Parts: sequence; C-alpha cells; structure tokens
Amino acid sequence: MTFYAAIFYLLGLVTVAATVMAITRTNLVHAVVYLVVSFFGTALLFYLLGAPFVAILEVIIYAGAIMVLFLFIIMMLRPEEPREKGRAALRQWLPALVLAGITLAGMILLIAAASGSAAPLAAAMASPLEFGRALYERHWFAVEVASFLLFVALVGALYLGRREAGAEMTPPKEQP
Amino acid sequence: MIVPYSHVLILAGLLFLLGAVCALARRNLIMILIGVEVMLNAAGLALIGASLKWRQLEGQIFVIFIMAVAAAEVAVGLALIVYSQRRTGTLNADRYNLLKG
Repeated sequence: MTFYAAIFYLLGLVTVAATVMAITRTNLVHAVVYLVVSFFGTALLFYLLGAPFVAILEVIIYAGAIMVLFLFIIMMLRPEEPREKGRAALRQWLPALVLAGITLAGMILLIAAASGSAAPLAAAMASPLEFGRALYERHWFAVEVASFLLFVALVGALYLGRREAGAEMTPPKEQP
Repeated sequence: MIVPYSHVLILAGLLFLLGAVCALARRNLIMILIGVEVMLNAAGLALIGASLKWRQLEGQIFVIFIMAVAAAEVAVGLALIVYSQRRTGTLNADRYNLLKG
C-alpha cells in the first residue's frame, strides 16, 4: 500500500464515520458540525484525486456557506426533534437500512465485475489555470445558465421568505 | 499510485447511501435536506475520481455545476422550510397529513 493509498483509506474512513454520526444525531446543530467534518474530509479527498481548486471550493461553498446557512436556519427556527425510541425508531430506520444494504451489495458486485477498474489511478494534478481555461473556453454557456439558476433561486427564496404587509405575527398553531 | 477507481466508486456509493438513508429515515425536514446535500457531495466524489481516471477536466467542471445546483437547492429548500414552519408550526414531516382521510 503506497502512502497515497493509506491517506485515501484514512480520509474515507473519517468521512464515512463523520457522515454516520451526522445522520444519526438528534441535535441538529451537532449534525451540522459533524457534516462540516465530513465535507473537510471530502475536500481532502478531492485534493488527493487531483482537483485542488474544487477542493478549495468545497471548503468555501459546502463547509462554509451552505452549512452556515443551515446553522442560521436551525438557530432561527429552533425545531423540536420528535423523540422516538424502540419500536417506532426501528420501524422508521429498518426499511431504509435494508434498501441501502441491498443497493450497496448490488453496487459492489457490479463494480467488482466491471473490467479495468482494478488498475490503480496515477496521481495527477489539474492546476487552477488549466481548470479555468477549460471551464470558460469550452463551457461558458453552462456557466451563464448556472448563474441564471442562482439568480432564480435568489428570487424564489426572497419571494418565499417575505412577510405580507400588515400581517401580524401569529404564534404557530399547535397541531394535534 | 493512488487506489483503484473501484474503491473511489465504492466510497462514493457508501456516502450516497448514507445520504439516502438520512433522507428516508429522518422525519425532520432539515435533516431530509441535509441527506440530499450528502448525496450530491457523494456524486461529486465519483465525478472527481472519473476525471482522474480518464484524464478529462469535464468531471471537475461538472462538480462546479453540482455545487451551483446544491447552493440553489439549499436556498430555495430552506426558504420553503421557513415558510412551512410559519404556516404549520412544525418541521416534522409526519405532521403534514392534512389530506389524510
């Protein structure tokens, strides 16, 4: 096992463990912080796989912007997590875990059966300069479409988040 | 030499399935959105690995667009969550049973 392979497996273990911790927490703030660890691990994996610029963007956008947005909304809404123990929790988690297990087994069989996937990847690095040139020379239209998508998302979020003029703040109705 | 591409794919698939389990099994709307984020991230990992295997920059470029879509999805999704919290007072997905007979 080479040095790079050892780092890959270590980072993969950290990422999977942090994600498992994130999706099983009942406290949402803890879940988001574990998810930040998971995204840092993924960013290092990106760097290892030859994408340093995307690794930086992963830290800035995912671990920075998106997770801070999640934290902001969680602290603003202060949602109560429904506590489910024993049978109810099992009934909720069991179908999802069974489906995931079947899918994972099928996926591993398919990947193992594919030819040519066992050869190790050679290390390479795409510099930000090459990356930017490829992005803006060959895919400039997709960049425009993505910026338009972000604009539409901004307008949609503003529309959904506005309060009607004159509407008083009513305490949330308790549902049975 | 790094690991074989199949190991990268298995790691990405494992992360994707963790996100799918989160989106399926959790009842909190915010956790469902977090599951979708984990799934998008796992797809990005598989694309980066493919970009290295075939020495094409298109894989990395596609990850940039995945990030743009994820940011847009989170902005609109969280706005919808705030809106539904204001309308119904809860974030529990099981409580949205207004149409139940």
